[in-house]
Amino acid sequence: MIKRRAPIHSDRVTDESVYRGRRRFLAQAGIGAVGLLAGASLLRPAPANGTMRIKNIRPGPFGTDEDKTSYEDVTTYNNYYEFGTSKSAPSRNADQLPTDPWSVEIGGEVGRPGTYPLEDILKPHPLEERVYRHRCVEAWSMVIPWVGFPLADLLKRFEPTSQARFVELATLYDPEHMPGQQREVLDWPYVEGLRLDEAMNPLAIMAVGLYGKTLPNQNGAPLRLVVPWKYGFKSIKSIVKIRLTREQPATTWNIAAPNEYGFYANVNPNVPHPRWSQARERRIGEFFKRDTEMFNGYGEQVTHLYKGMDLRKHF
Amino acid sequence: MAQRLPVKPLVFLAAAAPAAIITADAFSGRLGANPPDAIIDRSGLWCLRLLLATLAVTPLRLLTGWRWPMRVRRMLGLFAFFYGVVHFAAWGLFEHGLRLGPLWADLWDHLYLAVGFLAVAGMVPLAATSFDAAMRRLGVWWVRLHRTVYLLAALSVLHYYLLVKADVRDPLIYAGLLAVLLGYRLLPRPWQRAGDLLRPAPRRPTRPAAGP
Repeated sequence: MIKRRAPIHSDRVTDESVYRGRRRFLAQAGIGAVGLLAGASLLRPAPANGTMRIKNIRPGPFGTDEDKTSYEDVTTYNNYYEFGTSKSAPSRNADQLPTDPWSVEIGGEVGRPGTYPLEDILKPHPLEERVYRHRCVEAWSMVIPWVGFPLADLLKRFEPTSQARFVELATLYDPEHMPGQQREVLDWPYVEGLRLDEAMNPLAIMAVGLYGKTLPNQNGAPLRLVVPWKYGFKSIKSIVKIRLTREQPATTWNIAAPNEYGFYANVNPNVPHPRWSQARERRIGEFFKRDTEMFNGYGEQVTHLYKGMDLRKHF
Repeated sequence: MAQRLPVKPLVFLAAAAPAAIITADAFSGRLGANPPDAIIDRSGLWCLRLLLATLAVTPLRLLTGWRWPMRVRRMLGLFAFFYGVVHFAAWGLFEHGLRLGPLWADLWDHLYLAVGFLAVAGMVPLAATSFDAAMRRLGVWWVRLHRTVYLLAALSVLHYYLLVKADVRDPLIYAGLLAVLLGYRLLPRPWQRAGDLLRPAPRRPTRPAAGP
């Protein structure tokens, strides 16, 4: 018996223009490869997938003149458990996440609740660069040039009621695109929170970019919180929900291990994590540890928020 | 077949490879954003893996009847010790710049550090008595001394479990492997030798027929 070959469908035949273009493609690929090699040796690595340069960024206050952590390190060494628990997993897995369109639900004790497209959330806010120290609870740190705007300006637009005392923020829940959420490592979705006066502090910003470009997904695109006087896990990423509440919100790491991660989570070298010291930190790019500063060096701006509080109890 | 292969050199290369790769990565900038922690983490993991490999020798030998695992047991144990020492030294260097005062204080301040230190320190007497003469001199005491490796492996797994933040999956996998390896030793002897049933009985040398 002779088997007949299946007929070749015309839509599987290479189009003539494509076929004729193959030399051009090869030439371009060659030029591209050379360019890539040259670029790799001269410049820092190409920006992560999907980032775009942001126009009209003005310099913001509270900057530091410390050496900035390289773009590559900032975008490849991440704690973002939604994409996996290793440091390298987020930069490998996050590019699958669709961040456009994006909307944010604003609710609770506000005068103007609703679900707003990201463009409407961002539109009125001029963007500024804030070069902040970032201290992880795991005792490493970076210096990152964020692009964003004060959280206070955003919250005021939605008219918090007189009852509002806390802000609760939540990350997207999307196990299909966030493979880390397929395991119960944490109680998804990720939730963080601040006392309202902390949220209104001029240091607290909503970030949309870093190094002058839109946020790579592994850094919390398209919208994240940055509260530089607190451990990094407070600076929640890829925010889809903001609620103003009367009660202190239950926050993810605090739920996971209440004796290890407090609601406040202020950087404090004098209060060790129950399992390890917080007195020192490794600045990414350096070999030896340096001393950790109280409130990550932002005491001047935030000490008054905690006047009279026992920071060993409210860690 | 296994007799023909140069088992010792092969196992040596396999056990030394992680150290070579870590070193190569360090000199070519491939340890990532945090090279000190990468060196500490990777050397620690290899210490634990080689400890488990050492503990797998006896089950492997009894289940398969192979003899070669026994010939590489000492080498595996010494490599585990080597990675343990590198792990501890790298921690001491990058965490404390080798200043012994703060280093010592830190060790006893934090449970996971104390547990890890005891595991490495406990390997010192084992490594120091790993040569043939010590084996002969110590006799039955050598066996008793070297049984502490069960405890040291358990301390190593505990150390790992205590330092992860929330994702305990990997430490639990190592704990499971260790439980299997230690549990095997609690089985009755015939069960440990269950593999014998699958193999033809070893041929005994035929005796010359008795003379009249």
